Amino acid sequence: MIHVFRAEWRKLRRPTLFAGSLGAVIGVTGLVTSLLFLLIDSQSGNAERGERITREILELSSGLSIGFSNSAGLLGLVALCVFAAQTAQEYTYGTLRNLLVRQPRRIQLLIGKYLSMVTFALTTVVVSAITSISVAFALSGRAKVSTSAWTTSDARSALIHTFINVLISTIGYGTVGMILGLLLRSPISSISIGIGWLLVVESIIAIAWKPSSKWMPGQLLSIVSSGGTPIGMSDALSYSQALIRVSIYLIAASIFVGLLFRKRDVSN
Amino acid sequence: MSQDQAINVVGLTKDYNGLRALDHATFEVPVGTICGFVGPNGSGKTTTIRMLLGLIEPSDGSGHVLGEPISHPERYLHSVGALIEGPAFYPALTGEENLRVLATLGGFPHSRIKMLLDVVGLGDRGGSKYKNYSLGMKQRLGIAAALLPEPRLLVLDEPTNGLDPAGIQEIRDLLEKLAKSGVTIFVSSHLLSEIEMISEYLVILQKGKVIFFGKTEDLLHRTKPTITAIPRDNNDLSKLYELAVKAGHDARIEGDELHIDADEEWGAELNNLAFQSGIILKQITPVRPTLEETFFAMTEEKE
Repeated sequence: MIHVFRAEWRKLRRPTLFAGSLGAVIGVTGLVTSLLFLLIDSQSGNAERGERITREILELSSGLSIGFSNSAGLLGLVALCVFAAQTAQEYTYGTLRNLLVRQPRRIQLLIGKYLSMVTFALTTVVVSAITSISVAFALSGRAKVSTSAWTTSDARSALIHTFINVLISTIGYGTVGMILGLLLRSPISSISIGIGWLLVVESIIAIAWKPSSKWMPGQLLSIVSSGGTPIGMSDALSYSQALIRVSIYLIAASIFVGLLFRKRDVSN
Repeated sequence: MSQDQAINVVGLTKDYNGLRALDHATFEVPVGTICGFVGPNGSGKTTTIRMLLGLIEPSDGSGHVLGEPISHPERYLHSVGALIEGPAFYPALTGEENLRVLATLGGFPHSRIKMLLDVVGLGDRGGSKYKNYSLGMKQRLGIAAALLPEPRLLVLDEPTNGLDPAGIQEIRDLLEKLAKSGVTIFVSSHLLSEIEMISEYLVILQKGKVIFFGKTEDLLHRTKPTITAIPRDNNDLSKLYELAVKAGHDARIEGDELHIDADEEWGAELNNLAFQSGIILKQITPVRPTLEETFFAMTEEKE
């Protein structure tokens, strides 16, 4: 499996993908965190969904992690795109047959590939965290936000919790991408259907029928990434309930596509 | 199965949605030979190759590759190199990086990559992106990838596609060299003249059925040889025709030539008979049927 892992990383580290993804992560995390501080006094809000996060909230020990936590959705989308594209392109390029000739144990191939992409997702989350923290410290003076609570052990603990939650959520989105890639065997279809469902369809369903947000995978991943109560979802599920539900979905879907991949003829 | 067979399949069958792509194929390929795998488009060649490589599962029948069952490709694929239905690589990576991906995946030494790029004539283009390669270069990279594991069996599906005549000659020489070193080569091609030149063994498919497997020379000997004779005086053609028929051979006149179904040994007898009858022959040529002629004769026969 280590051979599959290393081979996959040879593809993941190509400059257009690696630098492009990290560039997008740095850019958008920087933007999300910057807006949090630059629009702190704006009446139209400084966070997602027009919410207002006040100076008092940012000055808490958990304030350092808010920008990073708010970037989780973007990290999830990057992961979804990378996992889906890296999986489905093996079909569109016809390279899957080469991979299977060199590694005929299909489940090992799949797990090795998944683990390499998980470490890629981990890299994006680390880069996002570093970017968000740096921007937060850099803009705190201008926004007149006191940082004294940000260097306490409570702040470190909050940051670690946020990091773990964002990482779980990012891997969750990536897993959705890989599942779609294996099912649809086309990067464009996998990415467009994945993003369309998570961003558009789930939101429409949630507006039309509010309890659906407790069952939809994208909504559940949002609850996980925010540690339990995302902004604008005051009646959401608890963190553990959301984590259990989304884990059940992803594990069941992964087993299904894993079995499908193991049995399916490779004829393209 | 015997240890001297690199490939052995018995009753191999594949159905796709009710359509039979391969119908109880049975053949074997001896170790150390170059075996041509020929058949019209859609005859089941690629389906067979995919089953041998564990990419698709047979609907029925069994097979062994290098002594191991095809239901366990992990037991033999580390000794098999393959180019299936044309080269397929990552366009954004260079040729060399593409080989590194496969070498890493298969656990093969990366030190072979440079040497293999030189062997297939891509030594100076290994650093170029695959998407910028010509069709011939892509094909060469595919062959280099197939050679990565130092294979005991090389399975090549149309390896000379897109190559110019010089490239085809190079690949032919390479395959002959590999065969001399003991590598078994199972090669499909629509260029029957190429296959005839390099293959000592043949498997012929038509409409999913194996219609021949065995030595190439055995197949070529199956088809009757002919003698083409041209008399100096065109008026002697019918007289010559009568001589051939009287001697018990089928013959036909085409233009100023007489074609006689007979072994080349009978050419001397014909010459003698013509001389005795006062006919002077301008030309007398024994004609062996080519693989292409034999192939078309066989496939038409089986229609």
